[in-house]
Amino acid sequence: MKSLSSRGGTIEQVTAVVIGAGHMGLAASRCLNERSIDHVVLERGEIANSWRRERWDSLRLLTPNWLSRLPGYHYDGSDPDGYMTMREVIDFISRFAVLSSAPVRTHTTVTRVQRTDAGYDVATTNGNLRCRTIMIASGACNVPSVPALGKAVPPSIRCFTPFSYRNPNDLPEGGVLVVGASATGVQLADEIIRSGRPVTLSVGEHVRLPRTYRARDVLWWMDASGVWNQRYNDIDDLMRVRRLPSPQLIGTPERATLDLNALSSAGVEIVGRLSAVRDGRALFSGGLRNLFALADLKMNRLLGTFDEWARNHAREAEVGPAERFEPTRAPESSTLKLDLRNGEIRSIVWATGFRPDYSWLGLPVIDDKGHLRHDGGVVDAPGLYALGLPFLRRRKSTFISGAEDDARELVDHLADYLATPASRR
Amino acid sequence: MTTTGANNGVNVQALLDAREALKGAPEAAQFTWRASCRWQNGTHSESKVQSFFGLGQEQSHKTETSLGADHPEVFASEDHAITPIEYILVGLASCLTAGVAAVAQNRGIQLRSVESNLEGKMDIRGILGVDSDVRNGYDDIKVTFKIDADASKEDIEALVAQSQKRSAVYDVITNPVNVTVEVA
Repeated sequence: MKSLSSRGGTIEQVTAVVIGAGHMGLAASRCLNERSIDHVVLERGEIANSWRRERWDSLRLLTPNWLSRLPGYHYDGSDPDGYMTMREVIDFISRFAVLSSAPVRTHTTVTRVQRTDAGYDVATTNGNLRCRTIMIASGACNVPSVPALGKAVPPSIRCFTPFSYRNPNDLPEGGVLVVGASATGVQLADEIIRSGRPVTLSVGEHVRLPRTYRARDVLWWMDASGVWNQRYNDIDDLMRVRRLPSPQLIGTPERATLDLNALSSAGVEIVGRLSAVRDGRALFSGGLRNLFALADLKMNRLLGTFDEWARNHAREAEVGPAERFEPTRAPESSTLKLDLRNGEIRSIVWATGFRPDYSWLGLPVIDDKGHLRHDGGVVDAPGLYALGLPFLRRRKSTFISGAEDDARELVDHLADYLATPASRR
Repeated sequence: MTTTGANNGVNVQALLDAREALKGAPEAAQFTWRASCRWQNGTHSESKVQSFFGLGQEQSHKTETSLGADHPEVFASEDHAITPIEYILVGLASCLTAGVAAVAQNRGIQLRSVESNLEGKMDIRGILGVDSDVRNGYDDIKVTFKIDADASKEDIEALVAQSQKRSAVYDVITNPVNVTVEVA
C-alpha cells in the first residue's frame, strides 16, 4: 500500500477494496490473497457482523454443517448433518478470517464511494482510500422491508422486524400477527406459538420444501443433483427467481420439516396475503388456495427433478424410497378481516423480507427498485463487483457454500480487468 | 418460448414483446377501463362499453357492447337481464379462461376444450339489511374447470394456477381495491 503524500490529509492507495467482512467478503479476500492482489476488507462492525447483531436468538443455519465450506476451509466437527447456531457461525467465519490472514479493518464504515479517473475514492469513518476496484460484499439484507401499508397499523399494536425481534419474550402477551411465510416468517410463527401466544400467519407467495427427502437433507439433493449450482445465465426469468422468498426451512437437531401444515397443526391460523389495513382492520387476500396450489406444484416438480436425477445417475440405492407430501391443507374458509383495535392482536412481526442499502454508493448503478445493476456480479461500472446477492451467479449464491465459486470467478474477472490497459477496455 | 405445434389462437409472442417493451415504459402501461350506465326502469339498467385508454392514448373496441342488468322475478323485478353480481362470475370465468389459453400457448400445450362452471355463494340477508353481520356480496366463489389438452393432469393444474396468479379479475375479487363513488 502506498500513500500519495505524508500522513494528514493523505489518501491511502490500495488496488482493491472489499466492503464487508462476512463470509462473502472474506472469501473474496482469500481469492485476492491467492493472486497477491493487495487489498483491504472494510467492516462497519466486527467480523461476521450481521450474524452477530442482526439475527434472532434461536436461528440456526438452513444448510447442514457438511455444506459449510469456504475457499480452502470447511466444517470438520463431529456433527456433519447438524445446523450451526449463530455462535458457531460467528466462530466458523472468524476462524476463516484468521486462517486466510484477511486484512480486515473493523469498525470502519464506508460512507461514500465515488468515481475517479483511475478507479474509486472510498470515504470511511476511519479515513479515506483510493482504489482501482471494489468488491461490494455488504449483503442483501441490510434493512428489513416493511410494506407501505404498515403505516396504517393502529399505534396500539407493537411492531417488530427480524432485526428488532430476538425471542418471544420481547413480545407483549396476547395475539401476534406474523406477516410473511419465508424461512423467517415460519420460524418465528413456530417459536411464538410455542411461547403460548396465539399466532396468525399471513401468507403470500412462498416456497415450500421438506427438510429431508428420501432420507437425505433436501440441500443434499439440491447440491448433488446440480440444482444448487444452476447458473444465472441458464435461467429464463432471472428477475423472478432473484425475488423469490427464502424456502420454508428450519435447522433443528430433529431435522424437522416446518411447512404450513406443520404450523396449522401447531395451532397457527393461516390467512392470505395482507393486502390492506383499513379503518384499523387488516384485510387479507382470499387467494390462499391458489398460493398453496402453486407452492405444492413447484415443490413436487422439484422433487420430480430429484427422482429423475437419482434414476439417471444410479443413486437410487443410497437414498430412501420416493415420497410425496400431503398437499397444503386449505382452511374451509380463511379469515379475510382482522380487527387490530379490539385487543386480540397485540403485536405484528413483519417478516416481509429485506433490502440492501446502497445509500453510500454515489454511482449511477442502482435501478428504480433500489437494486444494483449487474451481470452476474459484474456491476455496471468499471472495476466494480458485487457478491452475495440472490442468484448472483448461481442458485447457491447467497449461501456460505456459494461464496467460493462466485468469489473465484469475480476475482478472476477483476484480475483480468487490472491486467487490461485502460485503452483496451 | 413460443413452441411449435400448439396453436390456441393466442399471439404469445406479441404479449412477450409487449412485456419487454413496457419494462422500460411504465407510463405506457397505465390503462383506464370505462363503462357507462343508464337507468331504465325499476332495477333495470343498460350499460355501454367501448372506449378505453392505454399505451398513452385513447383506444376503442371495434364495436360498442351493450349490457343489460336487472334482478330476477323472485326479487319482485322484471328480469330483463342477469343480475350485476352474476357479471362478476362472467368476468372471473372469462379472465381465467383467457389466462389458461395464453399460458397453455406459452408452454406449448394444445388445448382441445376448456369449460368451467362457476358458483358464487351469497347470503341475501346482507343486501336486505336483515343482519348487519352478514356481508353484501359473495362469501365464497367456486370455479370448476374441465380441460381437455395434450398435457398431464399436473401440467393442467399448473396452467390453472398460473392463470389465477396473473388474472386481473381474480386479483380484484380476492384483494381490496380503492373505490370512489361521487355525484358529479
